[in-house]
Amino acid sequence: MNLFFHIGRYFLLLKKVFTKPEKFKIFYKETINEIDKLGINSISIVAIISVFMGAVITIQTAYNTESPIYPAYLIGLTARDTLLLEFSSTIVALILAGKIGSNISSEIGSMRVTEQIDALEIMGVNSANYLILPKITAAVLFAPFLTLMSMVIGLFGGWIAGISTGVMTSQQYIYGIQYAFIPYYITYSLIKIVIFVFLITTISSYHGYYSYGGALDVGRSSTKAVVHSSIFILLFNVILTQLLLS
Amino acid sequence: MIEIQNISKSFDGIEVIKDINIVFEKGKTNLIIGQSGSGKTVLLKSIVGLHDIDKGNILYDDIVFNTLDFEDKKQMRQKMGMLFQGGALFDSNTVEENVMFPLDMFTNMNFDEKRDRANECLKRVNIVNANHLYPDEISGGMKKRVAIARAIALNPKYLFCDEPNSGLDPKTAILIDNLIKEITVEYDMTTVVNTHDMNSVMEIGDKVMFIHNGEKWWEGTRDEIFNTENEELNNFIFASKLSRKIRDLEK
Repeated sequence: MNLFFHIGRYFLLLKKVFTKPEKFKIFYKETINEIDKLGINSISIVAIISVFMGAVITIQTAYNTESPIYPAYLIGLTARDTLLLEFSSTIVALILAGKIGSNISSEIGSMRVTEQIDALEIMGVNSANYLILPKITAAVLFAPFLTLMSMVIGLFGGWIAGISTGVMTSQQYIYGIQYAFIPYYITYSLIKIVIFVFLITTISSYHGYYSYGGALDVGRSSTKAVVHSSIFILLFNVILTQLLLS
Repeated sequence: MIEIQNISKSFDGIEVIKDINIVFEKGKTNLIIGQSGSGKTVLLKSIVGLHDIDKGNILYDDIVFNTLDFEDKKQMRQKMGMLFQGGALFDSNTVEENVMFPLDMFTNMNFDEKRDRANECLKRVNIVNANHLYPDEISGGMKKRVAIARAIALNPKYLFCDEPNSGLDPKTAILIDNLIKEITVEYDMTTVVNTHDMNSVMEIGDKVMFIHNGEKWWEGTRDEIFNTENEELNNFIFASKLSRKIRDLEK
């Protein structure tokens, strides 16, 4: 029963969120602010993790394919497909769930417990629309860029690791990342990240918006936001993979 | 004028507000007093529509507020201003931006006009040279005054204050009380104030309602309150040693 209550309330919140903004000028300004807060500020973490993950994938693939049967370019191919199919969408989404999910939930939760949301409502502002829609818009617009950046940086990390450890030559790696390339994998990855960040922003906003009590409860909402966002990312990963790749 | 007709409100089957009737008059400061936990805040939040009431009606100048749809409620709320217990200023905005916020949302003024109006409201509540400070850089009393400035920015018809002087020293508390009283007369508003401070009753209580355990126990003026025979109200008024001492001296 509790689950149905939350699902119902989540969709009712979305109904309040997806209404016409009070003023488009303010909505635009807020969206730009959120792109900075949620998107630009995530570039460094995504870049750092991508470069190291690309490196690790390359080294591990080289270690596992250390046989004359396998051509060396296979390392580049494996690194590319792992990054494109899974890492740059799903793992990046899980990282974003931790970073922007907790940020959104604690920000909105603090506003709730300090009555700032009530103050918005009293002024006649649709608080859900004003606070949440710019976050969803910003995240959905910016996340594909993060994914594309993660792919490029991850492949670069793999190249650095491959060359520096001497498991392959630069030519072999570059040949590998071009070999049997399927452009649809990029589309698949971008579709996934858009859906994942939608889940992250809406689930985190939901937990923040319905926070109550004090600092402890805001912290609890923040934890729930990250946990629930991560679970739904993994669940939708399975569903989307079946729908888009089968 | 705000008319409350037989309103009740429950949470998880527990009735917090029980069948309350009262008329809050225009141009006056109407006080709701009672102990902590008596239901004052729930009543105030029900009146402004932050809580949906279980039964009864809330009339704003003959418009039944509680039956309005979402959009009409939004329109109605643009005529309301509210001062929350902690001020509820937006943390990420400066003092000036906080006061300009309702003007940004609901007027077509240009930036200079909005800034002038915000400065006018800030000046009215005696806030000067603080426009570019953030809420966490100003004192509790200043936060309340900025919140009042924000509440009056759109010339509201109704002003609600939830414990406006909680957490303030007695002198600042009286300043806030008097500011609310002056603004009420100046803007000819219907003002409703939640408080448990007897100083506020003495300073600004044109009309006073005492609630106890969610029920209305007494209604009258500040002059009548000290002659009441209502036992619960007497216990509330004369809860402190100081007030009992004054009563005994008066006798």
